[in-house]
Amino acid sequence: MATITTTKISETDLLIEEYGYDDHFHEHHDDDKFQSSFITTYIFSQDHKMIAKQFLITGMFWGVMGAMMSLVFRMQLGFPEESMLWLKPVLGKWITVADGIGTLAPEFYYALVTIHGTVIVFFVLTAGLSGTFSNLLIPLQVGARDMASPLLNMLSYWFFFLAGAIMFASLFLSTGPFSGGWTAYPPLSALEQASAGSGAGMTMWTISLVFFVVSVLLGGINYVTTVLNLRTKGMTMWRLPLTIWAFFITAILGILSFPVLVSAFFLLMCDRALQTSFFLSEIFIGGQALEHVGGSPILYQHLFWFLGHPEVYIIILPAMGIVSEVLSVHARKPIFGYRAMVYSILAIAFLSFIVWAHHMFMSGVNPFISNFFVIFTLIIAVPSAVKVFNWIATLYGGNIRFNAASLFSIGFVSMFISGGLTGIFLGNSAIDIQMHDTYFVVAHFHIVMGVAAFFGMFAGVYHWFPKMYARFMNETLGRIHFWGTLIGAYAVFWPMHYLGMAGVPRRYYSFDTFENFSHFANINKFITIAAVVVFALQVLFIINFFYSIFKGKKVTSRNPWGANTLEWTTPIEAGHGNWPGKIPAVQRWAYDYGKDGKEFIPQIVPLADGEKDNGDH
Amino acid sequence: MNATIFNNGPKTQTKNKIHPQKFALWIACASIVMMFVGFTSAFVVRRAAGNWLEFDLPNLFFWNAGLIVATSLVLHFSKVAFRNGDFTKYKSLLVAGSLMGVAFVVLQYEAWMVMTNNGIYMTGNPAGSFVYVISGVHAAHVLGGLVALTAALVHAFSLKNFVTPQRIHRLDLTVTYWHFVGVLWLYLIFFLVLNS
Ligand code: HEM
Ligand SMILES: [Cu+2]
Repeated sequence: MATITTTKISETDLLIEEYGYDDHFHEHHDDDKFQSSFITTYIFSQDHKMIAKQFLITGMFWGVMGAMMSLVFRMQLGFPEESMLWLKPVLGKWITVADGIGTLAPEFYYALVTIHGTVIVFFVLTAGLSGTFSNLLIPLQVGARDMASPLLNMLSYWFFFLAGAIMFASLFLSTGPFSGGWTAYPPLSALEQASAGSGAGMTMWTISLVFFVVSVLLGGINYVTTVLNLRTKGMTMWRLPLTIWAFFITAILGILSFPVLVSAFFLLMCDRALQTSFFLSEIFIGGQALEHVGGSPILYQHLFWFLGHPEVYIIILPAMGIVSEVLSVHARKPIFGYRAMVYSILAIAFLSFIVWAHHMFMSGVNPFISNFFVIFTLIIAVPSAVKVFNWIATLYGGNIRFNAASLFSIGFVSMFISGGLTGIFLGNSAIDIQMHDTYFVVAHFHIVMGVAAFFGMFAGVYHWFPKMYARFMNETLGRIHFWGTLIGAYAVFWPMHYLGMAGVPRRYYSFDTFENFSHFANINKFITIAAVVVFALQVLFIINFFYSIFKGKKVTSRNPWGANTLEWTTPIEAGHGNWPGKIPAVQRWAYDYGKDGKEFIPQIVPLADGEKDNGDH
Repeated sequence: MNATIFNNGPKTQTKNKIHPQKFALWIACASIVMMFVGFTSAFVVRRAAGNWLEFDLPNLFFWNAGLIVATSLVLHFSKVAFRNGDFTKYKSLLVAGSLMGVAFVVLQYEAWMVMTNNGIYMTGNPAGSFVYVISGVHAAHVLGGLVALTAALVHAFSLKNFVTPQRIHRLDLTVTYWHFVGVLWLYLIFFLVLNS
């Protein structure tokens, strides 16, 4: 056997041998290869903090796009008689003009609803929320120099960017973007002839989402690996802040559910391009019989909702994690029931995989099978209620600092309760017969997922802005933003419950022909006006955000909130590698607030003699 | 007394049992598995709905199961040889394994030809379409493995004959992925046999 020849072993090799992997644990120097030019610092950055900002700002762009789309279709719903001529410069041929009156083309109304749903669910509340905060906080709060693979992390952002670019381009197709609903059910999504957006629009929609899934998977693989492998010394799982628990479980949900969506899309593409019949059964279109035989559109719904339901928790869990942390810091109290919080995240995550058919009670699934899904769906209310109880108990008797971050967290709890309760109505298949595909469902998921997740995101932005940009956001504007949005969001979505209970169906362009619903015209006007006001407040937030990046009040101490977690031990403007010297070791859990007469005890402070760590029992 | 205690790196922290990149690879494999769980459960649900064409799978599918297991073994011994510094064995086994991998894809293609000759087409009854899709998407993942093997070959023949932990690690990742696509095919063929 030949002898093993080894030359001068590189540093990477040494690290692999001694340590098991090649993260550079020694001190970082300023001249590192990752941040040497403008391009590698701001564009193709591999630094998790910069990637977090990229996710956030791209998410904000899509938030504005999605919101503006909703304003256009709300205009149609609230003021169907008004001329939309003034939108012609933006929407072009989608406003048809007759007798000087501009009307929104119905195909485009459907396209707007579809793309609004798609981009808010995927680009804003998935990428913009967990992409931003998992990236920012995982390495900082577990005590790591960066993600396990900074390169894959960078790719994760750029795949997201690409997905967005394709979706954006599809808006300009002459046939319009996809218009069959964000769930893309066949046959509307499978047959080019089905609607204008079903051709090129749907092709681009699918390609965009496949790239998006790649982004989620690359990100998720990194998050899980970093949490499990790169925690600093002393950071046991039971000492992790709840943010990290939430991001970690979210990433696992994504890794397990998004590939199933890809399999559905793949079969759908075969139906579209190769004339297979996975989702298409005997079908007539425009009076013509198609070749397709023997497929099942319900099959697509199963595959879609197997992702779709976990996806809603992929959206809400990070918000829950952020809210838990922010509430505890600003109530100056340990989070109530830390372990119960972790177990309820795990329970919700597990249950989220076995409830998908509650979206299909009315799709012709066997009512006997529906019963199982009813039971599991209602069981989810239990861990959800545990969390709500614990948040309220954390607030109770706390010395609460009311600022934009904590107010949005409290608002989150309110929204989650309101929207969760209507979920329990819908979860009963008998009630769902009446409610399905009405505005009741729209009210339910906008409150529990849409508004609540946005509130979690806002709480996170206000709370961690000092860490991201070394400045504070303007507090007064923040409070105006909060109170206006809280009241405005309820004004938009609360009335929709009544519409839904009266049977007003969702996704209708106009209700002209329904005499029954004509008395809702004023409610619809009211909702639209409230939506415009809420939108204006978000513009205020965006102004505040960008103004504060450059002109906000400067952060002068490392730990402005008096928080315990590790990110506040880094320099005010942390460079690449996060800690200039060695990484601090962790001595205790993250929630020692108001303990032993001290206001807060950071995680790096060693336990006193005989002191018990509340994290490890 | 309250001075911060630092993480002093390698000497003070317990050694990682698994390289994070390898761990990440396992997670990636889990997500690929989930995609096939999607396909195969769609298969089961659709089959249970009736109107399902029963046909015999081409024998080549089974031979190929043997071939991909053999490829895995060859690549495994190539890795062992590299670790032991036996470069001749390492390189020849690596070349052999890569050729066998190419053969796998070619023979899968042959198997599809057999199916079409028997009148089972991509279009038509979903029973046939599913087999094409499942084996086709699997073949795409094997192609990904071939790309990784090509990189390994380039390393093997362009770098000097040195054993370094970094190179062991890289080879290990490639070979691990091959084991994965092999096991995946075993699962898929087993699944198809059980359901026909
Ligand atoms: C107590 C917990 C919950 C229960 C029992 C529940 C139940 C349901 C049911 C049965 C439906 C289907 C209604 C129909 O289409 O007829 C539904 C729709 C929906 N739920 Fe929930 N839900 C709960 C919590 C949540 C949470 C936490 C989120 C998100 C964070 C969420 C997001 C959604 C979405 C997005 C839809 C509608 C999807 C669509 O059709 O476009 N739900 N919910
Ligand atoms: Cu659901």
